[in-house]
Amino acid sequence: MLGDLGCNVENIEQDIDRNIMKKEILDIGMDWGKLGREIRRDILRILTKAGSGHTGGSLSMVEILMALYYGKMRQRPKQPDWPDRDRFILSKGHGAPALYVMLARQGYFDLSELDHLRCVCARLQGHPYNCNTPGVEISTGSLGQGLSVANGIALAGKLDKKSYRVYALLGDGEVQEGQIWEAAMSAAHYRLDNLCAMIDFNKLQIDGPVSEIMEVEPLEDKWRAFGWSTCQVNGHDVDEIRDALDKAEGVEDRPSMIICHTVKGKGVSFMENKVGYHGVAPTPEELKLALAELSLDKDGE
Amino acid sequence: MLGTRDVYGDTLVKLGGENKDVVVLDADLSASTRTSKFAKAFPERFFNMGIAEQDMISTAAGLATCGKIPFVSTFAVFLTGRAWDQVRQSVCYSEQNVKLVSTHAGITVGEDSATHHANEDIALMRVLPNMTVISPADGIETAQVIRAVSEHKGPVYVRLARCKFPVIYDENYHFQIGRADTLKDGDQATIIAIGIMVSQALKAAEELEKDGINVRVINMSTLKPIDTEAIRQAACETGAIVTAEEHSIIGGLGSAVAEVIGESDHPCLLKRIGLRDCFGVSGKPDELMEKFCLGVKDIVKETKGIVKRKPSTMPSI
Repeated sequence: MLGDLGCNVENIEQDIDRNIMKKEILDIGMDWGKLGREIRRDILRILTKAGSGHTGGSLSMVEILMALYYGKMRQRPKQPDWPDRDRFILSKGHGAPALYVMLARQGYFDLSELDHLRCVCARLQGHPYNCNTPGVEISTGSLGQGLSVANGIALAGKLDKKSYRVYALLGDGEVQEGQIWEAAMSAAHYRLDNLCAMIDFNKLQIDGPVSEIMEVEPLEDKWRAFGWSTCQVNGHDVDEIRDALDKAEGVEDRPSMIICHTVKGKGVSFMENKVGYHGVAPTPEELKLALAELSLDKDGE
Repeated sequence: MLGTRDVYGDTLVKLGGENKDVVVLDADLSASTRTSKFAKAFPERFFNMGIAEQDMISTAAGLATCGKIPFVSTFAVFLTGRAWDQVRQSVCYSEQNVKLVSTHAGITVGEDSATHHANEDIALMRVLPNMTVISPADGIETAQVIRAVSEHKGPVYVRLARCKFPVIYDENYHFQIGRADTLKDGDQATIIAIGIMVSQALKAAEELEKDGINVRVINMSTLKPIDTEAIRQAACETGAIVTAEEHSIIGGLGSAVAEVIGESDHPCLLKRIGLRDCFGVSGKPDELMEKFCLGVKDIVKETKGIVKRKPSTMPSI
């Protein structure tokens, strides 16, 4: 079903409101819970095989990517440089495993490539690398730069009078970078209403809870004070995220920020809310346990 | 005398008229960098990013992903130092077609003191993969450099100055990225120079001529990719090279030339003229050039010294 969906979406005429059509297709019996479990299984498998990588923050952003890639963005996976495509920038580049699983499922590259994540002979790098990975707009990994890049793409869209939208996903720890606030200022200054940024607010960073390492709250107040349209959603509820994305599209003269409350390590009981799973891949034993928890036979979440 | 930054501003306006994909970003120094001329001519394609260099660089990279040709300017110290990681990841690693054009490089910034003197910028940019590094010698060359980099695909760093440079070229000159220009031939030693030091080297060569010393003078305006053949030839044919740069001798022109000589088969003496692992101080540009031994007399002295050190017969391999 998912493969067919990718093809259908790709072929829809550009001048029709693709978002509405896509939504209609998806609303017919789309089992988000099951899809989320499938994606998490893939993420955990490829991380275990790679033997390293960022588990917790990949699992926390799954529904955000689902809402964007299955429910919102106009893309042509077989034509990744399509000038009118909506853009996605993974500013928190360490979430690469989740992005790669999503891109492969959308048809940007073959699913078999996922097995070679982080291998010296393969192209899927530890952090997103645009020069060899279809669907990756810019290389990220050193934090704080993606929102500025998204601003640049949004400015180009305004200059060229294009209708594409630009999405950027930030980490909650990432907003400790000063450049994020430089970009927050410029997006508002240039009235980039074709830009929607999101924060994967999973409350943990490498050294511990965000609130203990360097408090970022009150997050929504900060973005609002910088001139953004803001809202907070349950970052594991695809429909809620999609509604927020739709609302953001209607905002004029201001960029939008969707703060997504998430759980780090979401979906695997012994990984949830654990600092230790930030930059560590599951062992084969842990994978076995995790896959049992993420059984596809389960009903809904 | 012609200001390289003045020429830059004028050339940008011409390019802007010819190509609508040319956009310009500045960080609150557009009057000084002369991008204000472009801002006046094409306000919709000029983005003042405020005092936020890191955001400026990554924003330029984003514009470049959409086919724009961003020229990004501020003082050299901020462009290459403050935003180095952004240049590394968003521009070089991502292979984005961004043109970084700094002004106010080197100690000739003068009175503003060491905080505003960039004597490390070439080193910082030269080490980055995919980066092309160019330091023009005068206003005529600057105009051609700016045009050439707009046509070149990939990241480029161009180093301009605050002060005006003596004009050494005429309109018949043809700049080509990666090709050194031999301004004067000679066989007893070679002076390889960049930026304002090229005109100093030419004056030094005249002085040396009076003393019967015949030197070659090369303008190495492209520091990366460097013209290895011109360096090897100079090593082979003259046996002694003096480098002259308004930059640290660590990581700049002197280092680049030493790297080529070190891996070549031609033994060659080398003397590097430049800032010797120190910061600048406040002062007038002329006074600073003298204080930090970047004057014509310093080039003459060092060249005489290296010629004297040359063995009577250079060993050949």
